[in-house]
Amino acid sequence: MIKIENLSVQAGAFRIQDVSLTVPSGKYGVLMGKTGSGKTTILETVLGLRNASTGRIVLGDLDVMGLNPAVRGVGYVPQDGALFSSMTVRDHLDFALMIRKVPRAGCQQRVEELANLLGIEHLLDRKPRGLSGGERQRVALGRALSFQPKVLCLDEPLSALDDDTRVRMCDLLSNVQKQTGTTTLHVTHNSDEAERLADFLFRIEDGQIRQVRPEL
Amino acid sequence: MSSHPEQPAAREPIPDANSGTSNIVGGRDLDARQIAVSNVLFYLVFIVMGGTYVVLIVGMLLADAAYMTEKTFDSLTSEGRSLLSVISHNPIATALADKRIQHSIWLSLISCTMSAVISVMIAIPMGYLISRHEFRGKRFLDAVLDIPIILPPLVIGLSLLILFQFPPFRWIARDVVYQVPSVVLAQFSVACAFAVRTMKATFDHINPRCEDVAITLGCSRAQAFGWVLLPEAERGILTAFTLAWARSLGEFGPLLIFSGATRMKTEVLSTSVFLEMNVGDIEAAVAVSFIMVMAAVVVLILTRLISPSQYGIQ
Repeated sequence: MIKIENLSVQAGAFRIQDVSLTVPSGKYGVLMGKTGSGKTTILETVLGLRNASTGRIVLGDLDVMGLNPAVRGVGYVPQDGALFSSMTVRDHLDFALMIRKVPRAGCQQRVEELANLLGIEHLLDRKPRGLSGGERQRVALGRALSFQPKVLCLDEPLSALDDDTRVRMCDLLSNVQKQTGTTTLHVTHNSDEAERLADFLFRIEDGQIRQVRPEL
Repeated sequence: MSSHPEQPAAREPIPDANSGTSNIVGGRDLDARQIAVSNVLFYLVFIVMGGTYVVLIVGMLLADAAYMTEKTFDSLTSEGRSLLSVISHNPIATALADKRIQHSIWLSLISCTMSAVISVMIAIPMGYLISRHEFRGKRFLDAVLDIPIILPPLVIGLSLLILFQFPPFRWIARDVVYQVPSVVLAQFSVACAFAVRTMKATFDHINPRCEDVAITLGCSRAQAFGWVLLPEAERGILTAFTLAWARSLGEFGPLLIFSGATRMKTEVLSTSVFLEMNVGDIEAAVAVSFIMVMAAVVVLILTRLISPSQYGIQ
């Protein structure tokens, strides 16, 4: 579950005041809004990369306010993928496992599992340079899912893709979310993407979040 | 008879802001040929202006080479030696055979490398903090870091000398001032500022999202820095090292004041050029200069070979 309660965040001159949303466990939540509406700020606050002034964020059954982002257990896929240029795709997939000192056999098994799930087996020994937009986002998704996070946060992950790739990635995201059962919060400005993916659809306007689907 | 209702009325020009063909009162048609000529002139002027500096650099190096060649052949003809003896009888070979120059070369290599290594070790954390964090006094710190670049080199040497009059520096002044460590310190004082600037630019170019992702994956700040940021900054580190090394090699002013110009002790290549010029041996001075040019060129080529695309950071 992702539960944001009465959250207020100050980001420079921009302020989000008293917003709330809840994505139940295992569901796909989409937060829609125009550029500059504050959706990325909210996502970054959930991730712990930005401090909230007031409010509460609960992930699963844990109140994560003030908790270090490293221990929140949130997988993160940024807009541009932010792949590590010096690492191979395999290194990306077992990076979080290496930090958790997972034995080699376990890492190998998890990497194969993820590569199979995301259709990137043939890319495992390649570095990010030269990967297509869709491939990069698959790798970023695999990296975020590698440590089996309880929550997945996606920040406009499909915005840089062409229409065909975007449709395919939407299907992939939907399938992966259903298979893994990871509670997901996806922010986007694209209504088509939101319609395709959302179990719970929220709209942010004028600093306020409104639940669009299912209607309250 | 009235006109057909669907028949178009007499055509009037439709104003279209995006069209380049509508007539603007008082304007004139653009001349494609004139624009083409202007474009050619634009590049011609820029190429000539930029090229002047390149000609100056290449001209200086060629003049050094021509001077040395001339002197070599002068000595060949006057002493009646064979053409093959050019290998052993030329100003560079003569300079290299000189024990004082050999010492100077070794001290230059060692001190420049030490100074560059220390510069990079300081520049990495400093460049990171300035690039990634906002803090009180950041603008002041940024300005302070430019001081060694702006200050006249002699003033840096003098300031170092004065600094070692005060504790705690005074306590080690006997082992530093006019000794070999002073060479490294004088070179480092200037070179590090260039390394910091390079490292800041390097970190500015690296997507900060990479670190954010690493942290959400479970990394501490230090792990994210060591495993993600440092490998991404590899080329920048190499560039910072090269710049610091080359800058140290060319350092002279601070060395003269802070280390002195004692032969076989604190003499580095730039000091050798000065000392040879002082005793009127221009040939030896040019030969040592040429050794410095070659060392700098070798370092530049090595850097380009190791990192073929500069700042190829994603």
